[in-house]
Formats: sequence, C-alpha cells, structure tokens
Amino acid sequence: MTIEVRIPTILRPLTSGEKLVSAQGATLQEVVNDLELNYPGISERLIDESGLRRFINIYVNDEDVRFLSGLQSAIGENDSITILPAVAGG
Amino acid sequence: MLFGMLEIQRSLVDAIVAHARADHPDEACGVIAGPIGSDRPERLIPMVNAVRCPTLYEFDSMDLLRLYREMDDRDEVPVVIYHSHPATQAYPSRTDITQASEPDAHYVVVSIRETGPAEGPFEFRSFRIVDGEVTEEQVSILE
Repeated sequence: MTIEVRIPTILRPLTSGEKLVSAQGATLQEVVNDLELNYPGISERLIDESGLRRFINIYVNDEDVRFLSGLQSAIGENDSITILPAVAGG
Repeated sequence: MLFGMLEIQRSLVDAIVAHARADHPDEACGVIAGPIGSDRPERLIPMVNAVRCPTLYEFDSMDLLRLYREMDDRDEVPVVIYHSHPATQAYPSRTDITQASEPDAHYVVVSIRETGPAEGPFEFRSFRIVDGEVTEEQVSILE
C-alpha cells in the first residue's frame, strides 16, 4: 500500500528537499527498497550490514520499529512512517 | 543573527549550565527550539540522557519523537542542541562530530570540568557541525 514517509532535514538533499514523500510496501524493508528506487542513496543511510542503523530511529505511527519487528514491521494502509536520526554524542 | 554567531539570552545560558550541574557526573543534554527560519533560540527543552553516562548522551527514541512532533506542531526547529562535558573541554568530541545529525543547528557544548556540580567558572561554546566539519562560532549573550 502507499503510505507517507516523513524525511528528516539531513536526508532531504536525497529527496530534492521534500520532507514528506510517498512510498509503497507491506513491510518496512519493502518501503525502504521502494524509497531507494525513487531516492537513490537513501537506503544506505538507513540500513547497514546488520540491519537498521544504530543511530537512525524509524517509527510506524507512534511506535519505534525496534519495539515492533524492525525491518520486518508490517505497514498497513494509512500508516505513517517517521524517520529521525538519533540526537546523540559524547 | 549573523552567520557564524549564536545569539542567546543570558537566562538560557544560565539554565543550560544549571542543567549540566544538576546532571553531573553524567552528560546533560537538550534542545532550544525556535521558530522555523528565525535562527532564534527561544524555548528551552531539557532532555533526559537515556544512556546516563559521563561520556555519552542520547535522547530516548520516544522522547525524540514527542519532541519533534511538538516542534512540528509549533512550527519550530531545534535551533540549539546542547550537551555538557563534565570533565573535558567544551569542544565537540569525535563522537559529537560523527553523530551530529541536524545540519542547521548550533551545537553548544558546556564544560563544567573546573567545579563539577558546584557553582563556579564554566565554558560555553557553540559550533556548527556539517558533513563532519566543525566550525566554532562566536557566542553573543543577550542580557
């Protein structure tokens, strides 16, 4: 299904400045694959060899996907995805 | 605000330093939100350091979502992202540089290494961190 994805400032150069884009997929992984088709380079900003990047947070509606099923989290009609890089440092 | 400068109210500086002292020996962290496009830090939002560590900070992921939703509702952005260094200088660490994810924010680092949780001298410095490059900027404190 087609859902909306909120893009954080730091990734907007990849989406031509758009902060809200559409994507398709029944799981988060499928949505990321679909985003990559339209916005090449975005996938590697979100995912690395071990899965969802440690300092990237992705939410389906109000839930952090790390508390759901990670990249296998189901995406339903009218769901909304928000991507927020962690605010962290040392 | 001129490019290369952070203008900030004295009361906000004092509040950040107080937060740093209160969270000693852990790093304190938070945001000052301001209207989109204004570059004015207006609304202080101290955050919980979810890793409670003297050398690392991170916002809890749900706190982060609530923060960004709230700023979005109010047409605000994070103008300042601040954290403290309880025992080291007020300069971005390598972790600070690699983790900086808001290219438009002023990254403020406060050091309380001289007196720890007690009153006394502190260092308050501001930086832009973009694509791994750190540029220090002048801090202008408005009384």
